[in-house]
Amino acid sequence: MTAVSNVAEAVEANPASHLHPTPSWELTDHPLPSGREEVWRFTPLRRLGALLTDAGVSGQPLKWETRLPAGVSLEPISREQARALSVEAPIDRISALAALNCGVGVQLNVPADAELAEPILLTGIGTGGSVAEHLVITVGAHARATIVLRYTGSATLADKTDLVIGDGAEVTFVTIADWAEDATHGGHHAVSVGRDAQVRTVTASLGGDLVRLAETARFAGPGGSLEQFGVYFVDAGQHVEHRLFVDHNEPRTTSYVDYRGALQGKDAHSVWVGDVLIRKVAEGTNTYETNKNLLLTDGCRADSIPNLEIETGEIEGAGHSSTTGRFDDEQLFYLRSRGISESEARQLVVRGFFAQIIRRIGVPEVESRLLKVLEAELEVMVATAQGDLA
Amino acid sequence: MSELRISGLHVEVETETGPKEILKGVDLTIGTGQVHAIMGPNGSGKSTLAYSIAGHPKYNITSGSVTLDGVELTEMTVDQRARAGLFLSMQYPVEVPGVSVANFLRTAKTALTGEAPKVRTWVKEVNAAMEKVGLDSTFATRSLNEGFSGGEKKRNEIAQLDLLDPKFAILDETDSGLDIDALRIVSEGVNRYTEAGDRGVLLITHYTRILKYVKPDFVHVFVDGHVVAQGGAELADQLEVSGYDEFVKAAKVDA
Repeated sequence: MTAVSNVAEAVEANPASHLHPTPSWELTDHPLPSGREEVWRFTPLRRLGALLTDAGVSGQPLKWETRLPAGVSLEPISREQARALSVEAPIDRISALAALNCGVGVQLNVPADAELAEPILLTGIGTGGSVAEHLVITVGAHARATIVLRYTGSATLADKTDLVIGDGAEVTFVTIADWAEDATHGGHHAVSVGRDAQVRTVTASLGGDLVRLAETARFAGPGGSLEQFGVYFVDAGQHVEHRLFVDHNEPRTTSYVDYRGALQGKDAHSVWVGDVLIRKVAEGTNTYETNKNLLLTDGCRADSIPNLEIETGEIEGAGHSSTTGRFDDEQLFYLRSRGISESEARQLVVRGFFAQIIRRIGVPEVESRLLKVLEAELEVMVATAQGDLA
Repeated sequence: MSELRISGLHVEVETETGPKEILKGVDLTIGTGQVHAIMGPNGSGKSTLAYSIAGHPKYNITSGSVTLDGVELTEMTVDQRARAGLFLSMQYPVEVPGVSVANFLRTAKTALTGEAPKVRTWVKEVNAAMEKVGLDSTFATRSLNEGFSGGEKKRNEIAQLDLLDPKFAILDETDSGLDIDALRIVSEGVNRYTEAGDRGVLLITHYTRILKYVKPDFVHVFVDGHVVAQGGAELADQLEVSGYDEFVKAAKVDA
């Protein structure tokens, strides 16, 4: 028995996915990757450019347009303050560089018990060059808020974003990478879910040449619930990578992860890695994660890897699924057998595929923006199909 | 008019060991306003017949013809056949996540008639069709067939038959897996559809029990990819007593 418990303690003391390097603020702890590392092997490192080299920033900081409901503050803070407020240290070189090169950090604060009727909107506009941002969002206990963080324009952005959610708070946090075609965006978004808090994140990656986000989540007390939704549209030549890690480090916590992507065009590439760790202390955990990819044309590629590590048997449930495929012929046949043309049937299937996520966002502005982008993607799909027939 | 004429229909499917012929020369004419039942043991090719007529890509028609009111269907795409007036109620209706029943029905009706149904009356029509098959109106907002029980899927097929009102319906084992109440509801739906007298039905079934509610004008026994016997409703009664054995044996002797 002693031996077993020693092993268990050893596992607990040095836990965590082997896939996730130890967080650190020190750049030397995040050496320049060679591309052979497990966490980098899918990423075209060459295209990350300034995101990996320690050459400082070359561009103007993002221009921010904000809509802040009363009581909400947005203030510059020192890098040291930003570090102290963060959920955790950077888990990769890009976010370590973000924290190092950001000049000053920014804190968005929603006070305790605030009930925001309107969403907080933060739009960061890139005007070219490489930039670094460290944003810390703090939401006080029992507050209710929706926060939408949207990126547009052109930039090479190293991003570290921390989201600290107080006990009993209810928060929806939306990140939309709505970049111009030439943008590059890498970084680390970390969420800490307070005791009994309910947190929903939505990550939509719509534009840019390359987007690579590590999204980590942990719990600051028991009873928290986390839902993470993701939507991505990947066009020819684009690389979109989401690496998730949910750390069930407290008892009676739940997580549900659902990311969906559609890919079309030559060398469109998506990567989704979803790691879930249920620690020994996290009894009563319930978790499910799923990733679905629709390959709309030839020549695109989706890598999808769910991982589940369980260190206790005392859980409610744990599961994952991953599917990647072309259109389901039986669905198309069924729809067409009712008179619906092939092109319209495909559009129905794709709309349905994303509608299941989009309608759960609960922020009308975001939903309509995503639906608009979806319609544009469908136009490309229809045009491509017609081109194939011609 | 709703005459479906199948002549000399040969169909094969791709298998690991090469193409395999499933339908071996089917000849069948279903006159306007008639209900024909096709009965046969498992694996006799009944469903292949249904899917081949509807144009499923898995089935390759090597020779023969299928016409609806003189219009050749086999050269058409799946959706063209539907727009020509054909409807297939499937044995296993497919789930389409995220596409609501209401949206699906409106899209299908628009495709079939060439114009979008009027919003106000259409919602009422949909709700009425759902109610007739014992599905409450919340089904209209649910994803198509997703999470429906087997019986609910079949009822939904019959609601579609009502709303889309095709010239000719193939019902592929619509009765299988239904409890007696659902069987009665589905049968009533089929009878309402044929009531006007100008709609044709090809009713494919493994069991005779639906024929207590839906009276066929003709019954065909289907074995080994073709029709081996035909008669009136009394043939179904005979099958009820003696089963398919003698037909299967006879087919083997012939082969």
